[in-house]
Amino acid sequence: MSRAELLSPEGLRIDGRRPAELRKITSTTCVLSQADGSAYLEHGNTKVLAAVYGPREARHRALVLHDRAILNVELNVAPFSTGERRRRSKNDKRLLEMASFVKQTFEPVVIATLYPRSQIDIYLQVIQHDGGTLQACINATTMALIDAGIAMTDYVCACTAGWVEREAAIDLNYIEESSDTSEVTIAMLPKSSKITLTQMESRLHVDKLEEVFRLAGEGCKQMYEVMDKTIRDRAEDLARKMAV
Amino acid sequence: MLRQKAFMKKTKSGKVLKVVKEHYLRDDIWCSVETCKVCEHTEPVLSAVPSINKAFRLPHYIIPDTNIFINQIDVMEHPLITNVIVLQTVLEEVKHLSLPIYQRVRDMIANKEKRFYVFSNEHHRGTFIEKLKDESPNDRNDRAIRVATKWYANHIKDLNPRVSVVMMTDDAGNRDKATADGLQAISVKWYIEALDNTEILDMMSSAKDLDDGQKTIYDEHLSSAHISNGIKSGKYLQGKLGISSHNYLEGSIYTKINGEEGTILIVGRSNLNRAVDGDIIAVELLPKSEWRTTPTGVVVDEEEEQAEEESLKAEQEAAAATAAKEDTIMAEPEAEKATAAVEAHKLDTPQPCGKVVGIIRRNWRQYCGFIDRKSVHTPAGSSAPVNVLFYAMESKIPKIKIRTRQAHSLLGKRIIVAIDSWPRTSRYPIGHFIRALGEAGDKSTETEVLLLEHDVPFHEFSKQVLSFLPVEGENWVVQPEHFAGREDFRSLNVCSIDPPGCTDIDDALHVVPLANGNYQVGVHIADVTHFVKPGNVMDQEAASRGTTVYLVDKRIDMLPSLLGTNLCSLRSNVERLAFSCIWELNKDAEIVNVRFTKSVIASKASLTYEEAQNRIDDASMQDDVTSGIRILNMLAKKLKQRRLDMGALTLASPEVRFSLERDTQDPVDVEMKELKETNALVEEFMLLANISVARKIYEKFPDSAMLRCHPQPPSANFEKLEKAVARFGIEIDHSTSKTLSDSLDSAVLPEEPYFNKLLRIMTTRCMMQALYFCSGAQIEQEFRHYGLATDIYTHFTSPIRRYSDVMVHRQLHAAIDSSLSYGDELTDKEKMNDLCGNLNHRNRMAQQAARSSVELFTHLFFKNKTEEEEGYVIRILKNAFIVLVPKYGIEGIVYASAKVSKADSGESATAQPQPILVYNPETDCLQSTETLAEGETPKTQVQLFQKVMVQISIDDDLKGGGEGGMRQKLKMELLKPWIEGISVHGIANKDDPEAHAVTSTKKRDEAPVPAQDKKRAGKRTKA
Repeated sequence: MSRAELLSPEGLRIDGRRPAELRKITSTTCVLSQADGSAYLEHGNTKVLAAVYGPREARHRALVLHDRAILNVELNVAPFSTGERRRRSKNDKRLLEMASFVKQTFEPVVIATLYPRSQIDIYLQVIQHDGGTLQACINATTMALIDAGIAMTDYVCACTAGWVEREAAIDLNYIEESSDTSEVTIAMLPKSSKITLTQMESRLHVDKLEEVFRLAGEGCKQMYEVMDKTIRDRAEDLARKMAV
Repeated sequence: MLRQKAFMKKTKSGKVLKVVKEHYLRDDIWCSVETCKVCEHTEPVLSAVPSINKAFRLPHYIIPDTNIFINQIDVMEHPLITNVIVLQTVLEEVKHLSLPIYQRVRDMIANKEKRFYVFSNEHHRGTFIEKLKDESPNDRNDRAIRVATKWYANHIKDLNPRVSVVMMTDDAGNRDKATADGLQAISVKWYIEALDNTEILDMMSSAKDLDDGQKTIYDEHLSSAHISNGIKSGKYLQGKLGISSHNYLEGSIYTKINGEEGTILIVGRSNLNRAVDGDIIAVELLPKSEWRTTPTGVVVDEEEEQAEEESLKAEQEAAAATAAKEDTIMAEPEAEKATAAVEAHKLDTPQPCGKVVGIIRRNWRQYCGFIDRKSVHTPAGSSAPVNVLFYAMESKIPKIKIRTRQAHSLLGKRIIVAIDSWPRTSRYPIGHFIRALGEAGDKSTETEVLLLEHDVPFHEFSKQVLSFLPVEGENWVVQPEHFAGREDFRSLNVCSIDPPGCTDIDDALHVVPLANGNYQVGVHIADVTHFVKPGNVMDQEAASRGTTVYLVDKRIDMLPSLLGTNLCSLRSNVERLAFSCIWELNKDAEIVNVRFTKSVIASKASLTYEEAQNRIDDASMQDDVTSGIRILNMLAKKLKQRRLDMGALTLASPEVRFSLERDTQDPVDVEMKELKETNALVEEFMLLANISVARKIYEKFPDSAMLRCHPQPPSANFEKLEKAVARFGIEIDHSTSKTLSDSLDSAVLPEEPYFNKLLRIMTTRCMMQALYFCSGAQIEQEFRHYGLATDIYTHFTSPIRRYSDVMVHRQLHAAIDSSLSYGDELTDKEKMNDLCGNLNHRNRMAQQAARSSVELFTHLFFKNKTEEEEGYVIRILKNAFIVLVPKYGIEGIVYASAKVSKADSGESATAQPQPILVYNPETDCLQSTETLAEGETPKTQVQLFQKVMVQISIDDDLKGGGEGGMRQKLKMELLKPWIEGISVHGIANKDDPEAHAVTSTKKRDEAPVPAQDKKRAGKRTKA
């Protein structure tokens, strides 16, 4: 009882959403002119900026692969991203781990064989943190890669879901995340419904897993629609401008 | 669906943080009114034709504010109050202010008949408001309530039939603003008065209407900031107040004084300063000169009552004057007592005394009790509101002043009352009536009272709970699929041994001699967890009940009886699921190996202890079951011996069993519970199983295993007992359980065969309570079970009647079956800790309820009966001593002061009971008052362990002030030794009314007895 009530008996979550509702999502692409592709994504109060450089010449010769491009992901969380200011070192294990998650997620999706002996750099900056950083990073990366014109087999859409008190809920915010909720992040290729990433760090009863998975999958599909719309709007906008 | 963002800033204590939260406003929050066509709700809560009240033209829904719930929760719970809209704003405030009340509001919301609807106004687009600049949070919330009311008023104004909303608040300012907005607003008082129902009127809390201008009786409590500073600096001490069960004006807290654990006594009304038993209080130590020595006195507060009665009578005319008079009356004797005690025993180390300076958290609950007949002065049949005094059944609770219109119909009944407040001007706390339970003295009413008093949930199992029972019901049988993962033990000669009449059999045993000369011994426990799955409603209900409560005439089950007495119960000749613990024991009963498995068994016989004993003794019985029992018995003796050698304690308690009349369930006879060899047989194997299981689950769940420990008692507990037995040349060494057990064994007085048992009973009372705990919460050294002398212990063997065993079953199952999936209920340290807390509480309460039930039946048994029995003095108080009568296992107080009759005290209210025996702290005994020369023993003394004769009867009416047996109490009067003024004549004289009359007058006349008279008197009884 002492813990905050995350899901009221009326079926509203702490911020007024119902369990199967995403937060408000806004996104734009092409926000940085220097980068080859960039995207800015707001997932409620979680805000992420993604920048893609490349494909370009690999910086370290030793790493070069003769038949395809290598992916390099760097993730940075701004010190001002949370209520309490905290500077993270570049070698923070959590950040490195998260960067490697992003990298692993995209390796099978980016058609790297089209860009041999090159490198694609993905820089991610978390500007504000309110839960669901990983999903936001993945989604922003997808859009930035598309913006950069890098060939991919499909979108990658990520979404979290968890077991909040007595129901599965989607897109957990920081308060929900931090009160010991089991949380699963999955990344999905929406066309084939293939899953390229599943990440869970807490215990979740196996009986509940299916429901949580189903909901997360639905969230991914919703994410896809939002992202696809942004991309298409952007493309239409460009096409219009070129026609003039 | 529209989503909008609003930002809320929040700072947390310690570090100032800015927390930004999203706040979505919605369009899909419906009004939940039955006839509303606009909203798309599917299950409307609010009925089309809501409450009707004379104060309003239209039927209406009620929208109460926060304070209505906080102050008038009992009124809101009344069945007359329905169709209430609970705003989210209000609900959140209630939750913040008081969790128990929040829980009660939630219960009402869940109750369909109450038609309470939660309107999430904070997330509704039309009713959400931002806090204005310079607006306090309280004002903002009040405004939010008004906005929501307005929204409702507009929303439903066109409905047919016509309805309205009424805002209910006791805040006049808020009401005015609402009226200005064109809303209907009313205070609870007006609303209830317009309902014309006396019962609900009585339930109204009177927190606000204090009598002004009265003399303050108590010191002011300090502010909470002041207290927390004081506690930090060590000026004040914090603790949970425990009131002495013999004297409600004396309490104590157990806390650290200058780094040392100790008890602080708080004596007297003004020092207690309005604290009630169980409150968390802040205490200031009194100067050393005011410290006192134990023991406690018993308050025979007749003169005080008298004064209070008068004060009630004269309340209107001269309240202040009476109060003043009372004060002097009260102050004098108390002060006298205190100084007398200090002077007389300056040498003895006094106990620290303190004074309550503030209350950190109240522990008020609802109290069962009765109205004091003497405090009702209106003519019979009057329904004018009167102030009356209420006595709680629990003697630790002070009298409570309540205002009621039904005083006369409530007389002689048991009622429930809640405390509202305790202002400085009132001698007693002020409360209000909640409901009546029934006639006092009636067995079912009294049983309900004792269940309520001990917080035992005794309602029927709800439909929801029962829905989790197997659908086959009674016809459930073991199916082939149940054998998956289970061993088939159906061919084994399993049998169970239980007390007679036992229907919930949760353990059974078997033994098989092995080829290598060892024995395979199995303990089979009912597999309750097969039926009770974690987290479902049945499981939650069982977890909250915690344990089955055994009363003399009934049983309050933890699990529905279909499971407890049928499907789980290991009855003979039916196949049942079990959880088995199988050992290989060698000839010396040492464990060679142990394993655990789920199984299916078919018990061959369910025996009573007596039947099993007869089988062992009857040499002609040579069947498999009987020879098995013999082997088990042989092994059990060896196990027991080894356990005793390790230092396990054999303690005793004066337990009795009633034989009840079949139809009326009235007690007809009392007998001591007898222990047979076979009791020990079962016990030994259960202990063995529990210990083996404890090790296993601790291995698997080092952080969250549910274990049971029994802490070593602090040596302070033994001080008195040691002193008392020193007289007999006996020493008690309690440094380890082994030495204690040895000294108990050697403490035998040849001339007094009962002495050893008595000593064991008293040692039991020096012990600490055994407790459940979560293994991650304590260090391994503290796992020890002192009484059983084992380093680890748990409860595994009674899952039908204890929830702890259910948890242990689950943990053990997870430990033996690695493929099993389980949730965090088995691993979460915090949840486990909370559960242990609840189980410990329930257990304690169950024990007390059982004890009270025995007490109740003892009273029924002694009704209209007077018995003379032998007893032993087991405790000395300052002006009384407590006698235990082994035959009935009862205890009673014998006062060591001559009684002052009511007539006397009425005339001169200063009359004090004459002490005939005074307490001598050096010898811890009561002795006659004559002055003694050095080394001389007093003429008459009462000391611990002394054998006395007492006359037992029921004092039908100790405090009720009239017939009716309001608080029945066992009356014990001393027969032998004869002490003038205290002792009474036996039944022999009682038959003769004249002789009786003579004694009773004599008692009063001879109150202050000269010493030589006493000698004569002593001789008279001997002759």
